[in-house]
Amino acid sequence: MSLGYYVKSFTLWEFVKAHLLTLRYFFKPKATINYPYEKNPLSPRFRGEHALRRYPNGEERCIACKLCEAVCPAQAITIEAEPRADGSRRTTRYDIDMTKCIYCGFCQEACPVDAIVEGPNFEFSTETREELIYDKAKLLDNGDRWERALAANLAADAAYR
Amino acid sequence: MISWFTGFLPYEGAWFVATIIDILVIALPLMLAVAMIIYADRKIWAAMALRRGPNVVGPFGLLQSFADGLKVFLKETIVPSSANRGLFLIAPIITFTVALVAWAVIPFGARAVLADINVGLLYILAVSSLGVYGVVLAGWSSNSKYPFYSAIRAAAQMVSYEVSIGFVLVTVVLWAGSFNMQTIVLAQKGEILGLFNFNGLNPLLFPMSVVFLISSMAETARAPFDLTEAESELVAGYQTEYSSMSFALFWLGEYGNVLLMCALNATLFWGGWLPPIDWAPLYYVPGIIWLFAKILAFFFIFSWVKATVPRYRYDQLMRLGWKIFLPLSLLWVFLVSGWLMLTRYGA
Repeated sequence: MSLGYYVKSFTLWEFVKAHLLTLRYFFKPKATINYPYEKNPLSPRFRGEHALRRYPNGEERCIACKLCEAVCPAQAITIEAEPRADGSRRTTRYDIDMTKCIYCGFCQEACPVDAIVEGPNFEFSTETREELIYDKAKLLDNGDRWERALAANLAADAAYR
Repeated sequence: MISWFTGFLPYEGAWFVATIIDILVIALPLMLAVAMIIYADRKIWAAMALRRGPNVVGPFGLLQSFADGLKVFLKETIVPSSANRGLFLIAPIITFTVALVAWAVIPFGARAVLADINVGLLYILAVSSLGVYGVVLAGWSSNSKYPFYSAIRAAAQMVSYEVSIGFVLVTVVLWAGSFNMQTIVLAQKGEILGLFNFNGLNPLLFPMSVVFLISSMAETARAPFDLTEAESELVAGYQTEYSSMSFALFWLGEYGNVLLMCALNATLFWGGWLPPIDWAPLYYVPGIIWLFAKILAFFFIFSWVKATVPRYRYDQLMRLGWKIFLPLSLLWVFLVSGWLMLTRYGA
């Protein structure tokens, strides 16, 4: 043990240095954002809450091909389908159990008509578990609500697909 | 104060009423100060971690502690079925009361001290030693293993550091020549070159002021020495089984103790309610403002250390207390008394 070691330890040199460092950090700008009032930018590929989209004429896109149900690794999607009165094939039931969903995005990759998509919304917490079991009405409602953002995101990402 | 009440009360009654009022005048602002200091602690800690800290309740989050207090107040008090009910409920009350009681001898100004007793410092030592009972009883009566470990740690830690704190206080007492807190403060007037009202800058006492600062962190179980509530090992230490107001009382008592230790640091080594410089105009500022400023400065140091230093290991804590601080403070008792024999009392 050298003399320098004792001088350093008795003057608490390392502690003084550490405290000067934290004091510098004390005056630095904050790294965190003021969350509910500020939000980080999201990628167009961000995979948030699901939505079922419609065509501009109001017709729902989903053709009940059940590719999303097949690809879903968490088996969160349940689809039942039968021909509609006009003969077109549509879903009678489209449920997503959001408590099972792992937000992998395979459903939107599988979808041939861009019907099921994962939107930019990540703030859909609920107070009961039941509210997280989405049915077709809820998903279509999401689609109507978020359509502008969804379309913009799809357009922004189209060049890379 | 007493004379206002003697008009319509016998002297004993007047004394009683006046003292109760004095106690409230100290205790109520203290509770408010504790609430704000918890907020300050969180804010300082957050800033050093580049976070924002509480900023939603009230302007700049200033009312956060009150929101937390209200929330805790509305919760159910849970007493574990295997706990010793009486001790379990009385432990937080002990911690809280002891943290408040010690303020009786802290001088806030030239005449503003609740109990101007001539053994003020001994009283402080006695009361702060009692503080460990709250923690030990809480840990034991919970009848749960982690609180029990925590209680054992707390007992060992507080006893160890009280020893060195005792010797540090002896150096101050020797220097001031009195156990009375007011005399100790006044003895620091013009201590440094007749200019600064500090004991702490005295080259003989400065090392002791540092030892006292570090020991007071250990004594209040603050950040680098918070082994009693080491959350990674002991869940929440002795508070694990507590909820609602009994938990809040621990919280308040803990921060009350921290404030008390800041006040002691300020009073014993940094001039208490005296202005920092012995210059007449500064004495027009009320003493309590100077004391408050010094307490805040020390609290900033406490939070600063909390944000900087990682927790000590248990053996390191004991090593620091028994193998470094104890010999060092003993040596300083010898040095200070020797110096005083040579200069003040001897020859």
